[in-house]
Amino acid sequence: MMNRLMLVLVSVLFAVSASAIDSGKAFDDPAMQARYDRLIAEVRCVTCQNQNIKDSNAFIAADLRREIRRLMGEGKSDTEIADFLVTRYGDFVLYKPRYTGKTLALWVAPFLLVLFGGFGIFRVVRHRMTLPIEDEGRTQ
Amino acid sequence: MNRYLLPLVAALILIPIMILGLRSDPSELPSQYLGKPAPEFNLPTLKDPTQFISTADLRGQASLVNIWATWCGGCRAEHPFLMTLSKEQNVPIYAINWRDNREDALKWLAQLGDPYVASGFDGDGRVGIDWGAYGAPETFLLNAEGYVVYRLTGPLNRALWEQEFVPRLAELAK
Repeated sequence: MMNRLMLVLVSVLFAVSASAIDSGKAFDDPAMQARYDRLIAEVRCVTCQNQNIKDSNAFIAADLRREIRRLMGEGKSDTEIADFLVTRYGDFVLYKPRYTGKTLALWVAPFLLVLFGGFGIFRVVRHRMTLPIEDEGRTQ
Repeated sequence: MNRYLLPLVAALILIPIMILGLRSDPSELPSQYLGKPAPEFNLPTLKDPTQFISTADLRGQASLVNIWATWCGGCRAEHPFLMTLSKEQNVPIYAINWRDNREDALKWLAQLGDPYVASGFDGDGRVGIDWGAYGAPETFLLNAEGYVVYRLTGPLNRALWEQEFVPRLAELAK
């Protein structure tokens, strides 16, 4: 009984993913197909902003996939394809923003925060080490 | 006293940044072409596929470029105001009919009126992408040299016109 239920659930899940997005492969060459799959997973759908264009059914996502296929077909490099997208939609369109002046804060901030936090903890701990050991909890 | 100074300074710096963050709408993407020349295009017109409209046609005076389609609800909402604009203002309105179907678009203009000096027909949506469009309607304000001065996403109406376009047009007219 459980097995049958699982089978139904699993087939429903697969049915959903099978009906999603472009049917068929974009490229015959497996290397190109892998590159294409990687590229479209890194591009944000601009109307449905928490999805990448690989998973989105929005027409703009379909158009962007088509443009990426076209650019790849023209022999453009990954950087050139990223440039194409960023020129039109800005850094936001890439899930992994490039290292530029504008996105510097994005890349550096986490390290700075860890550094500051660590320094803060270090100071507190060092300060406490100088305190005399006393039994605060008990009064006699 | 000193131990409160650092948190206080940090809070004073962070609070304005956070208030700014609350005010901005993260789903609204700024146009990448602000202050830059509008992207080049050359499209057959909606009414006559043998005629073409290109970026060069937009130069010479300030103009509006409206990206619209018959599948777009917001476009229907703003259409009456575009009709009013085309009658009361002397700013030419051009259109990019985005990812649409020519017959539907022509029917729309015949039924609701045609506020556009010319409409380019962008059936496969490539020009829309070149313009960085991510929804429709979008309305670009271009100066006489064809540079993008402002972009509005979403339906245009009287209030937005007065607020966003009128001051910029006045600035351009100087």
